[in-house]
Amino acid sequence: MIRVILPAHLRQLAPCEHEIHLELAAATTQRALIDAIEQRYPALRGTMRDPGTGIRRPFVRFFASEQDLSHDLPDNPLPDAVLDGSQPFRVVGAMAGG
Amino acid sequence: MGDVRVLVGTRKGAFILTSDERRRSWDVSEPHFPGWEVYHITASPVDPQRLYAAPSTGWFGQVIQRSDDGGKSWQPVGNDFTYAGVPGTHQWYDGTPHPWEFARVWHLEPSLTERDTVYAGVEDAALFRSIDGGQSWQELRGLREHGSGPHWQPGAGGMCLHTIILDPQNAQRMFVAISAAGVFRTEDGGTSWQPVNQGLLSDGIPSPAAEVGHCVHNLAMHPSRPQTLFMQKHWDVMRSDDGGDQWTEVSGNLPSDFGFPIGVHAHEPDTVYVIPITSDSHHYPPDGKLRVYRSRTGGSSWEPLTNGLPQQHCYVNVFRDAMAIDTLPECGVYFGTTGGQVYASADSGDHWDAIVRDLPAVLSVEVQTLT
Repeated sequence: MIRVILPAHLRQLAPCEHEIHLELAAATTQRALIDAIEQRYPALRGTMRDPGTGIRRPFVRFFASEQDLSHDLPDNPLPDAVLDGSQPFRVVGAMAGG
Repeated sequence: MGDVRVLVGTRKGAFILTSDERRRSWDVSEPHFPGWEVYHITASPVDPQRLYAAPSTGWFGQVIQRSDDGGKSWQPVGNDFTYAGVPGTHQWYDGTPHPWEFARVWHLEPSLTERDTVYAGVEDAALFRSIDGGQSWQELRGLREHGSGPHWQPGAGGMCLHTIILDPQNAQRMFVAISAAGVFRTEDGGTSWQPVNQGLLSDGIPSPAAEVGHCVHNLAMHPSRPQTLFMQKHWDVMRSDDGGDQWTEVSGNLPSDFGFPIGVHAHEPDTVYVIPITSDSHHYPPDGKLRVYRSRTGGSSWEPLTNGLPQQHCYVNVFRDAMAIDTLPECGVYFGTTGGQVYASADSGDHWDAIVRDLPAVLSVEVQTLT
């Protein structure tokens, strides 16, 4: 089970709880995880990644296990701690706007 | 006679204000889409319970929300505004080529006849249409590709398609306005387009009377007279009586002919409203006085409307989509400010009251007259 924590704006839009749980195949990737989130919550399509290019939006960041995963290649495997559910995958709106 | 519903888009959500036909006492909703910038929220003239809203944020991009119960509940619909084909480049502020990039939806214009058809004007400037109630969007690419697109340049707010006027007497005809490109007209339902900017003069562009490059801020049309259009340009208030083929200045005695919105009275096609703003560098009213100006002669001769509006120390702005006019027998006029006030007049502008004073900065105002 993979645990995901979404920011408030996306929880409101989805709508969903503070933490969501997803069952995915082993050795999954950031791309597969975001695909799964968008599949369960269609309202979130295009909010984390550009719908045309699939590239992460510039003010969206991904964190887990105190690591910044934002710049990882989308097809790299997720960290073990995310895959085994011991740590959540966090989608964060970058600090901006003053 | 019926109720009135005012739809207000703000920097931090949308609000729905309701009243009866007297328009004296108003209910103000809690925020819809709290925290989202709502450039526009509007209603279908075919089904008044069908509303569309365009919330966006810098973090999570654009979403489109639809209501089928007058705003009681909302469902996210399609938000994929992918340009048709390879979009190419337009000009950046410094004249260099810049790739076309979708930023946000500025304006939604539901069809006058088809419940599920709605148009979206977006930044970077393009026109999209949905025929399934907003679930999916297709670009009307003939506008962006008609020839002048590579020469379009953004205004200070971005290169936005902000105004869409549908001709109520000819479903094949519509007008759009783009900052800072100008006005474009189609006669075939959006397949092909032509610029209609003759008569516009814009200081500061290489050729002041160029075919495109004009920072048109807003257009208005009375449904009974679709050949006549009124325009608030960056500077200058303009009028055309031949569907945009030729424009004539009607700024007349306005204290400033800079401004953003323009509107036409519901029952008097020659009664026009503007809200003068000091200048493009001072985005607030002249002399600290918030005045709506009304012309009863189709422009050129204007009178200030001040009763109930602040006449000292007022330094708000009124954005291009933030004025609306109802269709009750005694016509109502509404506008919202960057200070969060929404003002209403139930007597064609003679007297004004604030419906609400402390909303987030107002981006758009629309009004529905419900029967």
